[in-house]
Amino acid sequence: MKANFKYNVVWLIMMVAGFYLMNTLIMIGVIDSFIENMLVTIGINIILATGLNLIIGFAGQFSLGHAGFMAIGAYATAIITQTASTTGGFYVSIFIGIVVAIIAALIVGIPTLRLRGDYLAIATMGASEIIRILINNMKMTGGAAGMFNIPQFADWPTVYIMVCVTTIVIVNFIHSRAGRAVKSVREDEIAAEAMGINVTKWKLAAFVLGASTAAIAGSLHASYLQTIAPNDFGIMESISILIIVVLGGVGSITGTFVAAVVLGVLDTVLQNFGALRMVIYAAALILIMIFKPTGLLGTWELSIKKIFSRSKRKERVES
Amino acid sequence: MSKLLQVENLVKNFGGLTAVSNVSMHLDNNELVALIGPNGAGKTTLFNLLTGVIPASSGSIVLNGDNGTYPLNGKRAYKIADMGLSRTFQNIRLFKELTVLDNVLIAMTSKFKEGFIPTIFRFPSYYRTEARLVKEAKKLLAIFELEDDIDVLAKNLPYGTQRRLEIVRALATKPQILFLDEPAAGMNPEKIANLTQLILKVQHSFHITILLIEHDMSLVMNLAQRIYVLDHGSLLAQGTPDEIQSNKAVIKAYLGEEA
Ligand SMILES: Nc1ncnc2c1ncn2[C@@H]1O[C@H](COP(=O)(O)OP(=O)(O)OP(=O)(O)O)[C@@H](O)[C@H]1O
Ligand SMILES: [Mg+2]
Repeated sequence: MKANFKYNVVWLIMMVAGFYLMNTLIMIGVIDSFIENMLVTIGINIILATGLNLIIGFAGQFSLGHAGFMAIGAYATAIITQTASTTGGFYVSIFIGIVVAIIAALIVGIPTLRLRGDYLAIATMGASEIIRILINNMKMTGGAAGMFNIPQFADWPTVYIMVCVTTIVIVNFIHSRAGRAVKSVREDEIAAEAMGINVTKWKLAAFVLGASTAAIAGSLHASYLQTIAPNDFGIMESISILIIVVLGGVGSITGTFVAAVVLGVLDTVLQNFGALRMVIYAAALILIMIFKPTGLLGTWELSIKKIFSRSKRKERVES
Repeated sequence: MSKLLQVENLVKNFGGLTAVSNVSMHLDNNELVALIGPNGAGKTTLFNLLTGVIPASSGSIVLNGDNGTYPLNGKRAYKIADMGLSRTFQNIRLFKELTVLDNVLIAMTSKFKEGFIPTIFRFPSYYRTEARLVKEAKKLLAIFELEDDIDVLAKNLPYGTQRRLEIVRALATKPQILFLDEPAAGMNPEKIANLTQLILKVQHSFHITILLIEHDMSLVMNLAQRIYVLDHGSLLAQGTPDEIQSNKAVIKAYLGEEA
């Protein structure tokens, strides 16, 4: 118990230190608004990709519709904060985005999660397209043109804190009774059922949790960028999130962080290359997949607990 | 008095093939019963029906357990497991990429509940529940001499050890009835003798009923109080080991093959 407390404190200190580091770098001008933009985008991508990694890497359900849930959050925030233009309104909009995303995830998940592999991928992709087309044809959402002048309530500290909160929720979910149940579903559905695991329930739990964090990411995206359109949430966006997960390592949250940062920086650097950008980007992906098909980190996780017990072992050997 | 498990006229058709045909049987409290029969007789299929892995074509299965009388037909497998029927698999189905400890902890999922919020925000109650779970799991693993392997991935265990882990995992669901599908397959005589002792020990210390499928006759004759013989999906005979060994139909259909 005491040891667990110690690890949690170390994580907390790292998060606070990260915050002050960013704050200082912005104050002394090392991070300009261009880099800040990049970091916020990376943060939003981290939220999206950790949720998708929960669904794909830990529950073993190949979903290709993550952008649909992101769209729900984005539009909830855009619509609500345009009338209720306060910080409170912004947080209410995040909450409503989450609720709608959960409902949508249940509607999509209950019939589709019984499908496997490619079939599930296609079904979730279709569901996400339906969400996009609905938004495209509604008055309230501004149709195909999208929505502009969304009030900005999300700044980098909001995004930073949300990255921490959603990561804590997902990582603690994975490292618990719930996470074990979800992983057993990935490993062997028949054996899991025979051991008393309600396979449908745990698949849905992972899917719904991933969808709710995607909605949060959508809210931040809308509020930070202040402009959204249905086409921002198409199949290409779902694939971009998938690329982060696969590149970092399916089943490694640490890998997702690394991949989101690497791709975010690469994307920004390549903006000077004009049309060549997508070619270089794609080539980099292909090379990594050839030389490290399990992703940059495989299923490795950064663990304070392991670091502690390793240094303890070393001490014992040395003394 | 009603039987712990009462099976009546159970049938399973796979297309034109009748894998299980009109089987009626029962299990009593604290019994150790064997199910034998030639390859393809329908033994594993019968297990799959009893544990809800596949639905029966017709017939009934009724459990008169600690918590009352329940029909099990049409119930999902996880519900049947919750009611106290647990099993191992003939072609080992461990959670291969997970550790030995996780394999056992997973089987305790529905027995130790902990809310979403306490889990996510790591309330003290979360750590207490987890500690209790791990303690219980280690106790079970120790019985099967697996306590030193708790951090090993299941796929890295030797074959025989995997079979033992499957038994531990099944026990972790706190079953009233344990179904073992060929627990001694691929083991040498020494290991089989060891396993025989373990099964007896488990049955006595956990007060459970065991139905086991086994081709190793020494194990069956040593362990079983009663035996059911299945052939081409139908029950050919039932009785004590002595009765079965001298049953002409059984010798002809089953033991006779080997002579
Ligand atoms: N899912 C299935 N679909 C079609 N046929 C099946 C299926 N499962 C089993 N069978 C058939 O049912 C028959 C009984 O198989 P089962 O596995 O129950 O035999 P068994 O008694 O366990 O044999 P063994 O001793 O070899 O394990 C076999 O002919 C098998 O091919
Ligand atoms: Mg069999």
